[in-house]
Amino acid sequence: MIAANLPALQVVIPLLAAPLALMLRRGSLSHLLALLVSVVSLLISYSLLQAVLTSGPISYAMGGWEPPWGIEYRVDAINAFVLLIVSVIGTVVMLAARTSVAAEIQEKKQSLFYTAYLLCLAGLLGITTTGDAFNVFVFLEISSLSTYILVSLGRDRRALTAAFQYLIMGTIGATFILIGVGLLYMTTGTLNMLDMAARLAPLTDSRTVQAAFAFLAVGTSLKLALFPLHLWLPNAYTYAPSMASAFLAATSTKVAVYVMLRFFFTIFGVEFSFDVMPLGIIFMALALLAIFAGSLVAIFQDNVKRLLAYSSIAQVGYMMLGVSFATQTGLVAAILHLFNHAMMKGGLFLALAAVCYSTGGTSIANFRGLGKTMPWTMMAIVLGGLSLIGVPLTVGFVSKWYLVLAALEQGYWPVAVLVLLGSLLAVIYIWKLVEAAYFQAPDEGAVVVKEAPLSLLLPTWILIGASIYFGIDTNLTVSAAESAAAALLGTGVQP
Amino acid sequence: MIASEMLMAPEILMPVILVLPVIAAILIRVTGNNPNLRETVTLITSVIVFLLLIPLAAEVLSGGRPTLILAEPFPGMPLQLTLEPLGMIFALIAGFLWPITSIYAIGYMRGHHEENQTRFFMLFALAISVTLGVAFSGNLFTLFVFYELLTLSTYPLVTHAGTEAARKAGRVYLGILIGTSVAFLLLALIWTWFLAGTLDFIPGGILEGTASPAMLSVLLLLFFFGVGKAALMPFHRWLPAAMVAPTPVSALLHAVAVVKAGVFTLLKVSLYIFGPELILGLPVTEFLSYLVAASILLASLVAMTKNNLKARLAYSTISQLGYITLGALLGVTGILGGSLHIVMHAFGKITLFFAAGAILVAAHKTQISQLDGLGRRMPVTFAAFTLGALSIIGLPPTGGMWSKWYLLQATLETHQLVLLATLLISSLLNIAYLLPIPLRAFFAKGNTDQTAGIQEAPLLCLIAISITSVMCVALFFFPQFWYELASMAVR
Repeated sequence: MIAANLPALQVVIPLLAAPLALMLRRGSLSHLLALLVSVVSLLISYSLLQAVLTSGPISYAMGGWEPPWGIEYRVDAINAFVLLIVSVIGTVVMLAARTSVAAEIQEKKQSLFYTAYLLCLAGLLGITTTGDAFNVFVFLEISSLSTYILVSLGRDRRALTAAFQYLIMGTIGATFILIGVGLLYMTTGTLNMLDMAARLAPLTDSRTVQAAFAFLAVGTSLKLALFPLHLWLPNAYTYAPSMASAFLAATSTKVAVYVMLRFFFTIFGVEFSFDVMPLGIIFMALALLAIFAGSLVAIFQDNVKRLLAYSSIAQVGYMMLGVSFATQTGLVAAILHLFNHAMMKGGLFLALAAVCYSTGGTSIANFRGLGKTMPWTMMAIVLGGLSLIGVPLTVGFVSKWYLVLAALEQGYWPVAVLVLLGSLLAVIYIWKLVEAAYFQAPDEGAVVVKEAPLSLLLPTWILIGASIYFGIDTNLTVSAAESAAAALLGTGVQP
Repeated sequence: MIASEMLMAPEILMPVILVLPVIAAILIRVTGNNPNLRETVTLITSVIVFLLLIPLAAEVLSGGRPTLILAEPFPGMPLQLTLEPLGMIFALIAGFLWPITSIYAIGYMRGHHEENQTRFFMLFALAISVTLGVAFSGNLFTLFVFYELLTLSTYPLVTHAGTEAARKAGRVYLGILIGTSVAFLLLALIWTWFLAGTLDFIPGGILEGTASPAMLSVLLLLFFFGVGKAALMPFHRWLPAAMVAPTPVSALLHAVAVVKAGVFTLLKVSLYIFGPELILGLPVTEFLSYLVAASILLASLVAMTKNNLKARLAYSTISQLGYITLGALLGVTGILGGSLHIVMHAFGKITLFFAAGAILVAAHKTQISQLDGLGRRMPVTFAAFTLGALSIIGLPPTGGMWSKWYLLQATLETHQLVLLATLLISSLLNIAYLLPIPLRAFFAKGNTDQTAGIQEAPLLCLIAISITSVMCVALFFFPQFWYELASMAVR
């Protein structure tokens, strides 16, 4: 009974837990609930992935209404993988949240934080599981609205303008997606994704379909912060509470990439998206710009949270570059990087939360002398940074290997070279941190800094450890990414 | 009994040898408050590591090629240890010189009152572990992994002093080594994988017939410039920059381990990825070898202009590395000569660096112009320096003669008279920039006020210098062991 309803429970549990967390009113109780729910969703997504990998896609009819009339929840190799990413990050972040939230957010607002987190989790999981195009929009709004709350809870007053900026940009993006879905509904008369895909196949000449395609391309690009539609991201990540930054940086753009993959590969089909429409060349150009613009701007940042935010923009560029090839290896690279980047960026933002907890800030000046005073946190940052650079034996290397291989397969030599040069820029911005932490003495009269508590260190090291482990043992990630890529390329191409 | 036999199996010995220095590093950290105990850990581990290498060498000489797969991060591309003759040569050199350098380092670090000695010895042990990993690498991917780890693990040793100058040098070090390895070497690796579908080391190479000669030429250039540790001009600047490190680091890491890891990689690529025959047939080879020749001569010329002793030795190393790089381009005899030169240059250059450090500790002199008359105060140091210099130049009775012999023979076999001339001119230049140093020290009339009170270096330093300089001579009379290993590799 429970096993059959897992796809629905995945979304329903956090959704119902959210108001409960608000009613609990006490921060510590809300936290326990949020942690519990995160663990449950992790267990669910893990069993879903196992089920999908062994016995193929799972279809679940919401309320017993058969698809394509009712809302279908459909779990296949790719979204089961994304569900796992989101729930792993959610769980690890919640492990660290108690300490960091207690330090950064006022007591009376803490349960609000956990409520917003649970809503956001429900939204992200919902976007990922649903097989209904309009449902995607609904959950997108749930996750976006709760994200605005999470960002605005930051203690810096600039968090409010950051949230507002994100609200405007995010709403534009969501509206574009809604218009796109509406146009598709208009031409096909269905909202079920698979049904839609089947009916779209003969309609490639339709202007309406092409317009829907364009709206969806812009809308999803905004949500996943593809250069030059990334403007909302740096402020949102910088001024949000540390835990919100860690959770969002590791999950929300990933889910947006997933939505984009769903629309362009499953619904429109790879032929229409990349042969009829010039998506490949546009994404490739923007992705390369993102890699270089993001990394270059990151080099000049003084606030490390903002630095990592710009690095995220560059990393989204790597994912989109893999997508733009529209080949098996390219998609494997993109999906691998989805997972790998979640691990390393999540770990890095958690380490930053520790720095913020111990030193009271995250500017480069706060890092001076941390090599001695916070050795474990700094070591985590160095390892996470090496992974961002793409040093072998880290996950970053695995992603880069597949990405360059994908470029070479296509004969895109300059692209392969640019990818590698881009990763050298990461050396520069990571080494800024290393030099500050290990070579500079703290300012005169600065407070004595102590190593962060275990409650922050442990979750940080779980993710950093994962970003090393999955750099050496790539069995799980590569096989999941390979079957996901095959699923994406398989549906849509064949009738 | 059975357990001990299992532990001594060659496949198991390799990871044991790699792990021992790591354990030592942890122990060094733990015993940091008791310097004598800490140094005992270093010395004992280094001796054990060397002793464990001996049964491995016997195994390799009897034709064994022990192999062990550690993990398989990519399908068909495992992290794999395989011991073959070339790697054995490199491992033996590093393993033999580690205990000697440790003896030297103890005298040096204490005599020079360096700070953070615990961190120094800890990182040194880690760097040795990674160096041996390079030597044991069973395929190009594993080699690349250890190559990158070597850069990262030696970075904190270069910046040991923590000063602004050390930080700047660290940037150059990391910038060039990581930059070339990611931009060129990694690209070359993925390209090779794309062409051949494997990165295994196969005698005769894996690239024959996979792409047009023009494409393979580009690939060859990517490899030769991608291995920044070989210090081929114009990517050589990191080596003089690294001289800011304490002298034992310059001696073992930047005259032996790190730079030899670079040329070792090139020899492996030449022997097992391209195949010597394929390289000889590529249109770019001649151009590339002239480039290497230019690097050899230019570095020698720059060395002559350096008054700082360590800087002069660094440029001399760049020039000497060119010999080995050249060997990698000159077919099997060239690879034979290059492999031997790894050995000969290691002993010669480490002697010179030991001497430079001894002079710094005993007399606080860094400039060559300050050395007048010091020879009479420090006779052992300067006698050793002379032997080391003779070996670098390649004159009997030192081992350096043999490797140069085979390199010259390789230029004749391939009818490269320009390269032959390059090697001969370079030898003359070596004489010109190395021999004046001991001549000055012994015969020039120094200012007796300035040299008064200067005594020989600490005893531990002298022991180390004596061993390495005697080895330079011994290698002239007994090169057979190394010759046998090297010829096994190219056979």
